[in-house]
Amino acid sequence: MSIKINQEKCVGCLSCILVCPGSLIKEKDGKAYIKYPKDCWGCASCVKECKVCAIDYYLGADIGGNGSKLNVSYEGDILHWNITKGDGSVLVIDVNSKDSNQY
Amino acid sequence: MGIKLRHEIISTDVLIIGGGTAGCYAALTLCKNSKLKVVIAEKANIKRSGCLAAGVNAINAYIVEGRTPEDYVDYAIKDANGIVRKDLLLSVAKRFNEVTAQMEKLGLVILKDTDGNYVTRGNRNIKINGENFKPILAKAVRKGKNIEVFNNVNITDFMVNDNTIYGAIGFSIREEIAYEFRAKAVIVSTGGAAGLYKPNNPGTSRHKMWYPPFNTGAGYAMGIKAGAEMTSFEMRFIALRCKDTIAPTGTIAQGVQAKQINSLGEVYENNYGITTSERVYGTVKENQLGKGPCYLQTSAMDKVKEKDLLKAYLNMAPSQTLKWIESGKLPSEQDVEITGTEPYIVGGHTASGYWVNTNRETTIHGLYAGGDVTGGCPQKYVSGALAEGEIAALDIISKISEFAEIKENVAKESRKIVKEYEDILKSANALFTAEELEEAMQKVMDEYAGGISTNYQFNEKQLMLAEEKIDNLIQLSKNLSASDMHELMFVYELRERLLVCKSVIAHLYHRKETRWHSFNENLDYPQQRDEYFCYVNSKFENDKLKIIYRDIVKEAVYEHKN
Ligand SMILES: Cc1cc2nc3c(=O)[nH]c(=O)nc-3n(C[C@H](O)[C@H](O)[C@H](O)COP(=O)(O)OP(=O)(O)OC[C@H]3O[C@@H](n4cnc5c(N)ncnc54)[C@H](O)[C@@H]3O)c2cc1C
Ligand code: SF4
Ligand code: SF4
Repeated sequence: MSIKINQEKCVGCLSCILVCPGSLIKEKDGKAYIKYPKDCWGCASCVKECKVCAIDYYLGADIGGNGSKLNVSYEGDILHWNITKGDGSVLVIDVNSKDSNQY
Repeated sequence: MGIKLRHEIISTDVLIIGGGTAGCYAALTLCKNSKLKVVIAEKANIKRSGCLAAGVNAINAYIVEGRTPEDYVDYAIKDANGIVRKDLLLSVAKRFNEVTAQMEKLGLVILKDTDGNYVTRGNRNIKINGENFKPILAKAVRKGKNIEVFNNVNITDFMVNDNTIYGAIGFSIREEIAYEFRAKAVIVSTGGAAGLYKPNNPGTSRHKMWYPPFNTGAGYAMGIKAGAEMTSFEMRFIALRCKDTIAPTGTIAQGVQAKQINSLGEVYENNYGITTSERVYGTVKENQLGKGPCYLQTSAMDKVKEKDLLKAYLNMAPSQTLKWIESGKLPSEQDVEITGTEPYIVGGHTASGYWVNTNRETTIHGLYAGGDVTGGCPQKYVSGALAEGEIAALDIISKISEFAEIKENVAKESRKIVKEYEDILKSANALFTAEELEEAMQKVMDEYAGGISTNYQFNEKQLMLAEEKIDNLIQLSKNLSASDMHELMFVYELRERLLVCKSVIAHLYHRKETRWHSFNENLDYPQQRDEYFCYVNSKFENDKLKIIYRDIVKEAVYEHKN
């Protein structure tokens, strides 16, 4: 379980560093990187915090990961959960933060 | 290396250790009802720290229309086979709805029907959008006038004199600073303990567990070291979760009414009982009988429901939604495989933690406990953590004048602890790393103290071996070194876990019965025994754990006595 931070996309706002509940993300030369990838809980806090979609969330192969990546972009109250599958196809699931879960 | 830490002293009225659910709500309560100065010391950042980082799915403990707090208490008593504190349960149950209403005022979205009533899930739950539960709470705390938050400060020790607390000490994980907090009263709310046992995914996904791997039992360890009485560590919590992602299953089980089935398609839950522990036990048994894997039967659900289910999981456990999409088989096409987790110690689900009076004061004067760190009050969940934060805060306000003023001769004790930090940072070339000892600890607990690989079962001989091996690891952990402040935290996290393990083993050993299948499955005593209808408590005295058996509390209000 872990995340990957795209160094090209990262603008160094450092919000992901602040929000990780395990303080696993650190800064180097003005960019964020995950220092302890094996310690990632998979909570996606950092992913939701990154406003430029520089953080990809993926499942380790040991828990069924098959190459898909997940990140989040925002439009008002809507969270677009963008899933890019291993074959390059993209699926977007929209969740309105003003709507409750139905379950 | 030789890092000299800057030693900062901060004085306040109330110190809150751990800015999670209970800690944040305690701070808000203090702020709303008093002018007391409040400091929160949090090892991460209160915005997303603790159990609520990914979000929660429902308010699991709520008194729905037509039910009473007493009904809730009855349910929890039954589920825990009697080993609970009725006074504690009743006090949270009476507050579930009010703290929920407060959260709604702060911005929490709760599902309502067309008449404006909350939509319930089963008999005790209401449905919410809990993705931003923690950011909402943290925002309110940041606005609090008298609250100062120290993020990224890891607390390691209480400062206690004559069984009265006067503060706590810790260090920043970002800067070379040791913090000494002096306070009249302290609330510990550091959550439970994960990572004691070998986890479900021990390799590169070792932290893909249900309970936060960053809740390492610090609060338990600090209390044990300071001589606080603890209760029910033998009532471990083993969760039934989605295989691999270890994501919660309640959403499927209760939201979609999916049944537990084995690989033959048989519904097995009625064969074992439906308490929390029996549901885990049944699943373990079916696997042992060769009828695994076990599933939650989702394949009958319709597509519209399925879309909502994918969204619900994104709001609390995004890995599960990703897993469904990744596998190419959605829940309507394939049942969801379930598994038991490694055992956790968590007072919000089972009853492990501080032994407190009805107002949540521990046996150390001036030290209060709230949330998962507090014992005796299982099934309190997120609303119960809020409620306990509130109960502790209100009691502190009413008694603040009684609490000891800060003593002046405290510097010696804190200097000793700061020196310990510096020594760990100074020492080089330790043979073992904290990570290696952690792996060793998890192996011992797994094999000898009832982990996943032994189907959660153990006998006394194994427990004695476990104790010997954990004691040995405790010795080894004294020689660890750290090259920066984050690694220093790793060293303390390991030591905390080892001490909690020691305590868990002692408790398992001294409850000579099987009261809860899987949670304490003692092969030497496979039955429930009447003489163990009592609490198993413990207290660290002269470097030894002393076991105290206590009668079940029947009074409506409990005060500490010897
Ligand atoms: C994944 C998950 C899903 C859940 N889903 C639900 C749900 O849907 N409904 C429900 O009602 N309940 C749910 N629960 C239960 C509920 O969230 C918890 O019981 C509750 O939030 C616990 O609150 P707490 O304050 O005790 O702990 P936490 O909120 O975890 O707070 C503990 C805090 O202490 C900090 N800390 C730890 N050690 C130290 C230290 N040494 N120094 C300083 N700070 C420290 C941590 O970083 C953390 O911020 C869920 C729990 C989990 C783990
Ligand atoms: S939040 Fe995104 S942009 Fe900001 S530091 Fe992290 S990765 Fe970089
Ligand atoms: S997913 Fe959570 S635990 Fe993992 S790096 Fe991001 S914030 Fe940290």
